[in-house]
Amino acid sequence: MKKDKEKTNVKDKIKNGIYKSIKYILIIGIILIVLYIFFPEQIKSTMDISQRYGLEMITIFPAVLILMGLADVWVPKSLINKYLGKNSGLKGMLLSIFLGTLPTGPLYIAFPIAAELLRKKARISNVMIFLGVWASLKIPQISVEIKFLGVKFASIRFIFTLISIIIIGYLIEMIVEKSEVKV
Amino acid sequence: MVAIIINGITLSLLIFTILKNKTKAKKALVMSLVKAVNLLPMMLVIIVLIGLIFGFIPPEMIRNYLGSNESILQIVLASLFGAITMIPSLVALPLAGSLIEAGASYTPVAAFITTLTMVGFITLPVELKELGKKITILRNVFAFIFAIIISLIIGVLM
Repeated sequence: MKKDKEKTNVKDKIKNGIYKSIKYILIIGIILIVLYIFFPEQIKSTMDISQRYGLEMITIFPAVLILMGLADVWVPKSLINKYLGKNSGLKGMLLSIFLGTLPTGPLYIAFPIAAELLRKKARISNVMIFLGVWASLKIPQISVEIKFLGVKFASIRFIFTLISIIIIGYLIEMIVEKSEVKV
Repeated sequence: MVAIIINGITLSLLIFTILKNKTKAKKALVMSLVKAVNLLPMMLVIIVLIGLIFGFIPPEMIRNYLGSNESILQIVLASLFGAITMIPSLVALPLAGSLIEAGASYTPVAAFITTLTMVGFITLPVELKELGKKITILRNVFAFIFAIIISLIIGVLM
């Protein structure tokens, strides 16, 4: 029963996505045609650039999306829970970073995981580092960033974002623990 | 080059998964398809938006507003824009790349990407509910401040 429900859910999601895409294609098409009547030159160059970027995105997006799908089946959320809950210290920090970079879901999925970890008394700094890395340093995201913004930009941003996330993690831990002692 | 590497990695992992466990592989592909069709509308909008930016906005204007004559106001505005918008970062990155190509400087673009991923106004209700007021406020405020610092460093180093 549960499986059937899941299946229809998936089908609905795919159907909705396709409907929405068709709707968007029609609206965008109409806008472009209307603009073409008034600005034929500009729309011609718009189409050229869009085509170029569209093709570039096609070379990387299917792979990135399949990678995310694979991570979903190989890295169950319970695994993150299990490993992050227990380890503190440097090992815990490195684990938080590693588990955060895995190509799994969007940030709003990470909040419940983080809350669960905090309830289980995992170190605040590690949970914050996990959240930060999950939000901005995911492997698929980095590969798209390298493609469109270059290796230099992506690596500088990676390094300084990681440093910032670690500092933020410890700052939050310090502030929260200090205020708890007072209470 | 990146495309070749990531396609190679994905392909080998996919083949490994198929050989190891067919149901898992199928499930993964279905999940990817769901993600793909849900991302597609936004992707179409961004692709056309990139084209329109190049087609209609003169490069001088982009250089004027997003160029290297950086002011702290420009960076703060770019950070705010990143914090309130909810474009999936996967499609925001090509847009960011196109702005650079069109003449924008790296600093505001870096500020935009960093707050887009680290600060979430839209997801704030979920975060408040799950993590509580104190951690949520601290996390987002710190992320915003550090995003500005990161973008300034990127501006200097690029």
